[in-house]
Amino acid sequence: MAATGQLTKARPRGGPSAVTLLRIALIVAALVIWEGMARSGLLYRDVVPPLFKIATALVSLLSGGEYYFHLGVTVGEIAAALAIGGGLGVAVGLVLGANRFLARAFEIYLYYLGPTPKIIFFPVMIMWFGVGSGSKVALGALSCFFPVALSVAAGMRQIDKVLIRVGRSFRADTRQMITKIYLPAMRHPIINGVRLGLGIALIGTLLAETKLSNKGIGFLIINAYSTFDMPRMYANLIVLFVIAIGANALVGRLGGLHTIRR
Amino acid sequence: MNAAAPARREPLAGYVPAAVGLLSAIAVFCVLEGLIRAGVISEYIMPPPSHVLAAFGRVITEEHIVRRFFLTIGECLTTGVMITVFGVAGGVLLHRYKLLQQAVETWVAALAAAPVVLAYPLFMVIFGRNAWTIIMIGFVAALPPVILKTVEGLAGTRKVLVNVGRSFNLSASQQFWKIMLPAALPTIFTGVRLGLIFALINVVGVEFLINYGGLGQLINDLAERYDLPGTYAAICFVILVSVVFFMALERAERWLRPGN
Repeated sequence: MAATGQLTKARPRGGPSAVTLLRIALIVAALVIWEGMARSGLLYRDVVPPLFKIATALVSLLSGGEYYFHLGVTVGEIAAALAIGGGLGVAVGLVLGANRFLARAFEIYLYYLGPTPKIIFFPVMIMWFGVGSGSKVALGALSCFFPVALSVAAGMRQIDKVLIRVGRSFRADTRQMITKIYLPAMRHPIINGVRLGLGIALIGTLLAETKLSNKGIGFLIINAYSTFDMPRMYANLIVLFVIAIGANALVGRLGGLHTIRR
Repeated sequence: MNAAAPARREPLAGYVPAAVGLLSAIAVFCVLEGLIRAGVISEYIMPPPSHVLAAFGRVITEEHIVRRFFLTIGECLTTGVMITVFGVAGGVLLHRYKLLQQAVETWVAALAAAPVVLAYPLFMVIFGRNAWTIIMIGFVAALPPVILKTVEGLAGTRKVLVNVGRSFNLSASQQFWKIMLPAALPTIFTGVRLGLIFALINVVGVEFLINYGGLGQLINDLAERYDLPGTYAAICFVILVSVVFFMALERAERWLRPGN
């Protein structure tokens, strides 16, 4: 035991404060390097704008009403994409999870089509749904359908048989089985699927907006690029990344992923 | 004899769901063909599947698809080499310095969830409209899983293997090269496989978006020429390439991790 104890590496001292200090040091170092590059003149002008310019662009972006109009458009498109693609994904996932034959017949198509790049379907979506919001919603829905369907189907199959037997031994009817056994047991994979779906719907919708649109956050990013307004482009990307990572964390927290005990 | 009979029937029965799946897909295409020919679905929106099938030959011969295929695969493999080198090095660094790991591992995980590809205009400004923009976006998007899986693989090395190494008085370098890295290799490969999938998705996607490079650009070109059967055929070709790519990676992983 003593020998094993000696062989086991001691945990680094310092604890959380050392970690926090290192994080602060890394952030400060990154900002200093950035500012140094901006002032050095080694790169093309404004490719790496000074931090003050980015901060000013950020404040101007968030204080203007126009940004919130575009944000509203994008949020609406993503919500519609998630509702359509996620809803269909849950339905297909439940069917495939409940029926082994159908799963063996069709799940392989979902499995291999899932990770293909969905943006290549955008020309088709434009033909089908036009150049407006419809094609963006459709691409987002197509993107998020696959991870949700696969996650729900896998979750349905992973339900503990004991739980099902307990429900049956209590003579639970179908409604009670769904509400008291299946759905609570599948909460984890459904939330995980929605989290994945949200991230992918967001990417699909925004990429479509950058390709062909006149509104939405994707349009603002590509518009800033077209006019070479780099501070505004950085500001847009920073806000977008904060929103994307925040939304991902929020879905997990609202769904209580961290409280689930298996 | 009785036991052997069901065993002989089993493989055939196993093919029934796959056959149903395939026949269903063929039936969907036949129905679409009928609906389009009957004018229920406009052929200016969706060409008949037979026209798409016929367009394959034209797309292959006239659109230099072989050159485009190798260009896209070349970009993916360059990204793959880069994520393997930098991802494994990053993972080893994080495993070696625990404080650094505690400080930045959540950042790496956050980067994995971040929509990096949306920053493609930024990469175009930095690298220009060329293959490096495509490779670098693939690299940044595909790096996190390799780092995270390397850390996981190294941390998951069985204690008994580490102890064996110590009992042979191996130096730190020998311990790493002869014990830790070989034990972590299957997990690292899972990270590389995930990274390569991300790389392919991003490479084709960015080729399409910036209209430069291989297969992604081909779809954009054909769509802009309003060559509908060609566009659909090119999309089918990209899907086919992606599926073959994923299957090959899966096979390689199964070969490395026979227990899984």
